[in-house]
Amino acid sequence: MIYFDNSATTKALPAVLDTYRKVSEDFFGNPSSLHALGDHAYQLLEGARSQIAELIHAQPSEIYFTSGGSEGDNWIIKGTAIEKRPFGKHLITTAVEHPAVINTMKQLEGLGFEVTYLPVDHRGFINIADLQAAIRPDTILVSIMAVNNEIGAMQPIQAAARVLDDYPTIHFHVDAVQAIGKGLLPALRDPRIDFITFSGHKFHGPRGTGFIYAKTGRHFAPLITGGGQESNLRSGTENVPAIAAMAKALRLLLANEPAAVANQQAIRRRIYDHVSKLPNVTMFSQLTPDFAPHILCFAIAGVRGETIVHAFEVEQIYISTTSACSSKKGTESSTLAAMHVDSNIATSAIRVSLDEYNTLAEADQFNAAFDRIYAKFQKLMPTAS
Amino acid sequence: MQYSEIMVRYGELSTKGKNRNAFIGRLTGNVTKALHEFPQLTIRPKRDRLHIELNGEDSDAVMARLRLVFGIQNFSASVAVPKDMAQVHDVALQLMNETAPQGSSYKVATHRSDHTFELDTNGMNLNLGDFLTEARPDLVVKMKHPDVTLRVEVRREAIYLSTLTELGAGGLPVGTAGKGVLMLSGGIDSPVAGYYALKRGVDIEMVHFFSPPYTSQNALAKAKQLTAKLAPYVGSIHFIEVPFTEIQETVKAGVPEGYLMTIQRRFMLRLTEAIAKQRGALAIFNGESVGQVASQTLESMVAINDVTTMPIIRPVATMDKNEIIKVAEDIDTFDLSIMPFEDCCTIFAPPRPKTKPNLDKTRYYESKLDVTGLVERALAGIKQSDIRASDEFMNQEQDLIAELL
Repeated sequence: MIYFDNSATTKALPAVLDTYRKVSEDFFGNPSSLHALGDHAYQLLEGARSQIAELIHAQPSEIYFTSGGSEGDNWIIKGTAIEKRPFGKHLITTAVEHPAVINTMKQLEGLGFEVTYLPVDHRGFINIADLQAAIRPDTILVSIMAVNNEIGAMQPIQAAARVLDDYPTIHFHVDAVQAIGKGLLPALRDPRIDFITFSGHKFHGPRGTGFIYAKTGRHFAPLITGGGQESNLRSGTENVPAIAAMAKALRLLLANEPAAVANQQAIRRRIYDHVSKLPNVTMFSQLTPDFAPHILCFAIAGVRGETIVHAFEVEQIYISTTSACSSKKGTESSTLAAMHVDSNIATSAIRVSLDEYNTLAEADQFNAAFDRIYAKFQKLMPTAS
Repeated sequence: MQYSEIMVRYGELSTKGKNRNAFIGRLTGNVTKALHEFPQLTIRPKRDRLHIELNGEDSDAVMARLRLVFGIQNFSASVAVPKDMAQVHDVALQLMNETAPQGSSYKVATHRSDHTFELDTNGMNLNLGDFLTEARPDLVVKMKHPDVTLRVEVRREAIYLSTLTELGAGGLPVGTAGKGVLMLSGGIDSPVAGYYALKRGVDIEMVHFFSPPYTSQNALAKAKQLTAKLAPYVGSIHFIEVPFTEIQETVKAGVPEGYLMTIQRRFMLRLTEAIAKQRGALAIFNGESVGQVASQTLESMVAINDVTTMPIIRPVATMDKNEIIKVAEDIDTFDLSIMPFEDCCTIFAPPRPKTKPNLDKTRYYESKLDVTGLVERALAGIKQSDIRASDEFMNQEQDLIAELL
C-alpha cells in the first residue's frame, strides 16, 4: 500500500497514539479541577502548550488549542470581524483559499461585511500589487494561505507582510495547515504575521486537534463562550489526550525537518520528471522553489480525475482528485478554476501529496503504475498532434 | 566556540584581609555545590581567582548557574590554546568574530605568568594587535572602555583567550556571615527577605509552619518549592517544617479574637528562636514590611518581638509592596508565591485583628495557656530535609509529562 494523500490527512503515528492512550488513562482529570488529578492534567496541558510554543518560536500565551484547521480559520476570521467591527467591515483574502476561509468570508458577506478576493495568475499566485491596491481605510483583516492545498503554490506571505508593515492595525492571518513541517517556519514566523492556523491531523496527530498562534497584543473575539478555558477565548473542557498527542506529533515532525523536506522534494521530482514527459499530461505544480515540497497536481487530458484515482486504488496506491473536501462533491477544483484552467482539463486533475515517511521506491512503483494506467486509458486521450 | 575553562574573579571579599582564605574556601565550596550537576568539572581556587576547567561540559549551562553564586565579581569563559602563535591567532579571530560586531572597538589585555614564553606581555599585545589589524580591518583599537576586551593569559600549560566577561551576582559568599533562620510563609515577601539574607553571606535555614488538616499538602509543597528557588544561590537549603495545628486550635479556643493573631505570632517566634538555637543560628530573618498588615505595625512588632532577644532582621521592612514584587519577579519566586493555597496564617486569621495590640493584655491572655507544653510538643514534631535547586515538589509529574510529550 502506498499512501500519497497526505494533504487530505495523515496516518497517526504509533508513538502519538501511545501518548493519546496513556493520557486518556492516567491524566483523565479535568484541568480545571482543584485536586491532584486535575492539576496533573493541567500540568500536561500547559506542558504541551509550552512545547508547541517553543517548537514554533512563540510564547506559550500565544498558542490556543482548537479542534482543527477549519475552526482555527473560522475563529480568526470571525473573531476579528466581531472584535474589529467598529473599525471597519472590509476583509481581504485570495481566490484560492481553503473552503474554511472562503465559506467563512461568504458567511460574513451575508452579514454585511465586504470581502475582496485577490485573483491569481495562471500559475496560481496572487500579485502583491493587487493586495496593495485592495487595502482600504476600513480593511480589518488580510487572510492568505501559506501553501495552497490543491497545487502546492506557496503564496508570497513575506512580501504581503512587507506591504502590511505600512498598515499596522490590519490583522494578518496565514492559514498554514499545509505548510507545517515543510521547511517554511522562518517565513511563517515573520514578525508582521499576527495569526496562524495549524491542524493536528495533517502532521500525524489525532483528528479533531489543531492550534492557532495569536500574536501578543492582538485582540480577537471568542466563538465558543462558556467556562473560560484557553484564556477565556475558547471555552470547553480541554481535549488533553489529543492535545498532548498533537504536541508530540509536532515535536517528531520538526525533529528532522530539513532531511524530511529534502526527501519529499526528491520523491516529487522523480514523479514529476516521469509523468511530465508524457504528451497528454498537464502539470499544475512546478518544481520551482515557490511550490511546496509535498504536493504534485497534474492532469491527463481526457481522463477524469476520479477515474485515475480509482485506477490507482486498484494498484493499492492512494491519491486524490484535487482537494479531499471538493472531490466527493464532484465539483471542479476551485484553485484551478481561479487559475482559469479550462474546465475540461480541470476535471482531470489529480493530486499526489507526500509525507516524511514516503520513499523513492514508492515513487518508482507509482511511476510504473502510472505507465500502466496511462496506456490503459490511451483511447480516451486526444490524439497526439 | 568550545570553551575550555571559566575564570571567576572574586567580589567584595578581596578586601577582607586575613579572613581571605576562609572566604575563598567558602566560595569554592558554594561554587562546587552550585555546579554539582556537572561531574566533569575541575575547580581550582587560586589567590585572586577561581579556575573552572570545563572538560567538555556545556559552558552556557555552567555560566547560568554561576550567575547566581554570591561573592563573584565577574567571570569569563576562555579557550585553552597550545603555545603556538598560529593557533592563538586562529582562536583569537574566531572569538572576535563571535563577539565583536563590524566596527567595534577593542583592546588586547595580556597577563603572563609563564615568564619563559617567547613573547612578553607587551610583545603579545602588539603581536595580536597587528594580527587583528590585518584580519579584521573594521575594528578600532581603544584603550579606555573598549567594546570588547580580548584577554590573554599565558600560563605554563597553555595560553587562555577570552572575550566575554560577565558580571556576577555580587554580595558575599553564602556562609561567610554565619547562619540565620528565615520564617518562610509561602507569600511574596519572605522569599525576597531570604534572597537578601543570602546575598549578604548569611547561610539561611527555612522554618515553615503548617497546620494539617487545615492547610493542604500543596501549601507545604509550595514552601518547599520556594526554597528550591533560592537553593541555586547556595547549593542546598535546610528546610524545617513545624506542626502548628495544636497551637492554633488552642489559641483560638482560649484567647479573645482580637489577640489571636498576635499570640499565634508570639508562638511562631518562640519556636523559631528555639530552632535557631538548636541549629546554631545567630539571627532570625523574616519578610515583615512595616505597616503592611495588622501583624506588621510597629505596635504588633513590639508585642510579638517581646518573646525573644535574638536579633530579628527584616530585610524588606522598609520596601513598598511593588518594590518587593519586582524583586520576587526577578528571582522567579513571584508566580509560585501567588499560587492560591491556604497557609496557616490565613486559615485562622481573625476578621478584625488588633493593629495596635497592648503588650500587657497580650501577656495576660497568653499566660492562661500551657506555653511550654505547646512549644515542646511542636518542637518534637518538626521534620527536616535538605532541598536542592533541582528538587521538584509542585509538579512531580514532570518526568512523566516530558515522556508523554
